[in-house]
Amino acid sequence: MDEKNVPGHDPIPDQGRKRGMLNELHISEAGDIPPKTAFYAARGHVAPGNENSRRKPMTRATQTDDWVSHVTRIRDHKDEAAFAALFAHFAPRVKSFLMRSGGDAAMAEECTQEVMATLWQKAHLFDPARASVSTWVFTVARNKKIDVLRRQRRPEPEDLAWGPEAEPDQADVVALQQETEQLGEALAELPAKQRDLIEKAYFSDMSHSEIAEATGLPLGTIKSRIRLALDRLRHTMRRRQ
Amino acid sequence: MSDQIKHHLTDALLMAYSAGTLPEAFNLVIATHVSMCDACRAAVESYDAVGGALLAETETVVVSPEALASTLALIRAAENTPPVAPPPPADVPRPLADYIGGSLSQVAWRSVGMGVKQAVLDTSDEATARLLFIPAGAAMPDHGHNGIEMTLVLRGAFFDEDARFGPGDIEVATEVDQHTPVADIGEDCICLAVTDAPLKFRGWLPRLAQPFLGI
Repeated sequence: MDEKNVPGHDPIPDQGRKRGMLNELHISEAGDIPPKTAFYAARGHVAPGNENSRRKPMTRATQTDDWVSHVTRIRDHKDEAAFAALFAHFAPRVKSFLMRSGGDAAMAEECTQEVMATLWQKAHLFDPARASVSTWVFTVARNKKIDVLRRQRRPEPEDLAWGPEAEPDQADVVALQQETEQLGEALAELPAKQRDLIEKAYFSDMSHSEIAEATGLPLGTIKSRIRLALDRLRHTMRRRQ
Repeated sequence: MSDQIKHHLTDALLMAYSAGTLPEAFNLVIATHVSMCDACRAAVESYDAVGGALLAETETVVVSPEALASTLALIRAAENTPPVAPPPPADVPRPLADYIGGSLSQVAWRSVGMGVKQAVLDTSDEATARLLFIPAGAAMPDHGHNGIEMTLVLRGAFFDEDARFGPGDIEVATEVDQHTPVADIGEDCICLAVTDAPLKFRGWLPRLAQPFLGI
């Protein structure tokens, strides 16, 4: 794939356009779905036998994949327009997450900006074969929560040692993004009480035993996703070594 | 190493690690195990994906009109920061190496008697992380704990009842578990042990244990 040749892609936005983005920023909801790129439109993202899960033309996966191209543009071209779009979509969600985790509005505002700056700085570490952009944003926001609200270091697992030319394979990227979409749909379809428990586990400080209750739920979709993720991880490791 | 790991973390601990609600010492032992274990790494990434899916669907809170401009200013201000020097080479997984200066050889061990040594690591005080050095064939010091205890093997192995715990294996025990871990006879055992209540040794002299000949 070659992001640079995507029609209409403008890697270096001019100053005027940047200001335009600023003005639109706080109006977030409806207009924030990023435009499809040529690559993703061409691939169509429908795996064999998976057509049944495409109920709407604009599904979660389509959005997620386009966010991947935004992160690629930030990484490769320091593209401020791509960043502004990412910001408009995710900053209000990160702020909401931080406030629900116990931060006050001023602190959540400040931390949201730091989280978004971290996304820019760490764009080269984002691996779309391993995580969706939402997942990546969540992990950065969570680490900020631990750092600021709990005043602790966050030990992170050591990175896997990929080979020197370890670019993610597009098939791995597509597989991961499809799994993520299915997980999102499965969560949305859970009974309200179960969904509530999972949300509390992530968005508030739950004790270990409360979490145990959440993981004791018949979370078949999550458990089967873990098996899928393990298969995919092994597959990806073989490919990249 | 990953395929040899037989003892893993529980789903509850993996989810709580992903949610970010555990004490620092727990996060340390979990991150160290996950560094060694593909199965638990895949599980953590899946629980992270649950967090991502929740974030994607969460309600939004309006950010200030200047937020993007302020963020871009933060980014520009950081651009001139010199790159961080690569960490020194490590002989344990990176998350643990960051707490001990890179190498087990740099650990400031303190003897607790009978050849057993420990080093308490600097974490938040909701839970305690310590490295334990147990000579081949010796038992871990007799100790009590009120909550949960996790013991990750870094070098050597220990037996608990009939189960053998080798490098990368983690034992998760609660207060109801009766257990007497004993180091394998073949090699000294080094573990990272974490408890969520201050760990109290009942006596400074650990018991001598029978070598596990024939196991």
